[in-house]
Amino acid sequence: MLSLDFLDDVRRMNKRQLYYQVLNFGMIVSSALMIWKGLMVITGSESPIVVVLSGSMEPAFHRGDLLFLTNRVEDPIRVGEIVVFRIEGREIPIVHRVLKIHEKQNGHIKFLTKGDNNAVDDRGLYKQGQHWLEKKDVVGRARGLFISDIIRRTDQSRTGIVSYRYKEVWNTALIY
Amino acid sequence: MNTVLSRANSLFAFSLSVMAALTFGCFITTAFKDRSVPVRLHVSRIMLKNVEDFTGPRERSDLGFITFDITADLENIFDWNVKQLFLYLSAEYSTKNNALNQVVLWDKIVLRGDNPKLLLKDMKTKYFFFDDGNGLKGNRNVTLTLSWNVVPNAGILPLVTGSGHVSVPFPDKYEITKSY
Repeated sequence: MLSLDFLDDVRRMNKRQLYYQVLNFGMIVSSALMIWKGLMVITGSESPIVVVLSGSMEPAFHRGDLLFLTNRVEDPIRVGEIVVFRIEGREIPIVHRVLKIHEKQNGHIKFLTKGDNNAVDDRGLYKQGQHWLEKKDVVGRARGLFISDIIRRTDQSRTGIVSYRYKEVWNTALIY
Repeated sequence: MNTVLSRANSLFAFSLSVMAALTFGCFITTAFKDRSVPVRLHVSRIMLKNVEDFTGPRERSDLGFITFDITADLENIFDWNVKQLFLYLSAEYSTKNNALNQVVLWDKIVLRGDNPKLLLKDMKTKYFFFDDGNGLKGNRNVTLTLSWNVVPNAGILPLVTGSGHVSVPFPDKYEITKSY
C-alpha cells in the first residue's frame, strides 16, 4: 500500500521538482558527511565515536555504549586515563585503562594497561614478547560516554527475557 | 494521522527527540562541576625488595610494599549524572632511568548507591609495585595520591585528583627476609 502511494507522488512531479528532490537528498547526505569529517578533524581521531564491543570495562562501559574519542598527540599519557590502542597485527582496537607509566627525560614513554573488569593486566593480550605499549600504539583517548540502553540502566534489579528484548530494541533504535 | 502506523511513527520520533534532549540536559547540567574533595592519606609501613620482575620483563627490579590508610568522603560528588567512581591510588616518583614514573597501587569501584564514605585502614596494595629498574632504593620522594575517574550516564569522563597527598621516602636497604 505505502509503496504505491510514494510512486504516485513521484510520477506527479515534473523534471525540475525531481532534480530539486535529488539535490535536497544530496545536501542532507553531504551535510552528514561534513559533520562527521569535521568531528574527525577537531578530535584528531580516525573514528571519533565508537561502540564498546566487550565487557572488559564493566561496570563503567557496557556492550553497546558509545564512546567519544579524541586523539591529540600532545596530551600526555597518565595513569587512570582510558586509552584506545591497537596491538600490532590486530585489527580491533582495545579500550582499557592505563595502569603504569615510565617516561624518560626525552619524552619516550612506555605504559601498561588493564581492563577494569579483568583480573590481570593486558600483558597477555600484547604481542609475544611485548611487555609495554608505546605512544605509537595509541589511536585515541576516551573523553565522553553515552549509554545506549537506558531501559537496562533504570531497571538493573530485574533480569529476564522481557527486559533483555527491550534492550535490543532501544539499542538498534539509538544507533540509527 | 489517520493510520496506526503514522501515529506510531510520530510517537516514536517524538520520544526519541525527548530522550535526546534529556540526555543533553543531563550532560550540560553536570559538565562544569568541580568533582574534587579533600582526601587524607597515611602510610604506615614501607618495605623494599629486589627481585626478578615476574609480572613482565624478567629483570631484577625494585619491588616496593606499602601499607596505607585512606579517609575520604565522596558523598558530594555523586549526582544524577554520576554512575560510578573509579578510584585509584597512584604512586608518582622519578628515578635516574626515567624522569617520570606513575604506578597504580590499588583501585576500587564505587557505584552510585554504595557507601560513599571511605574509611580504609591497613590496606595492602592490590598491584605489585615494581619499578623499571632499581630506582626505588633510597628514593626520597615517592608521592601517593588518590584520584578518581568520574563515569557519567552521558557526558564527559573527567579524571579528578583528590586534594591531599602524602610523600614518603623509601628505605636505603633491601629486605631479605621472606616477610610481608
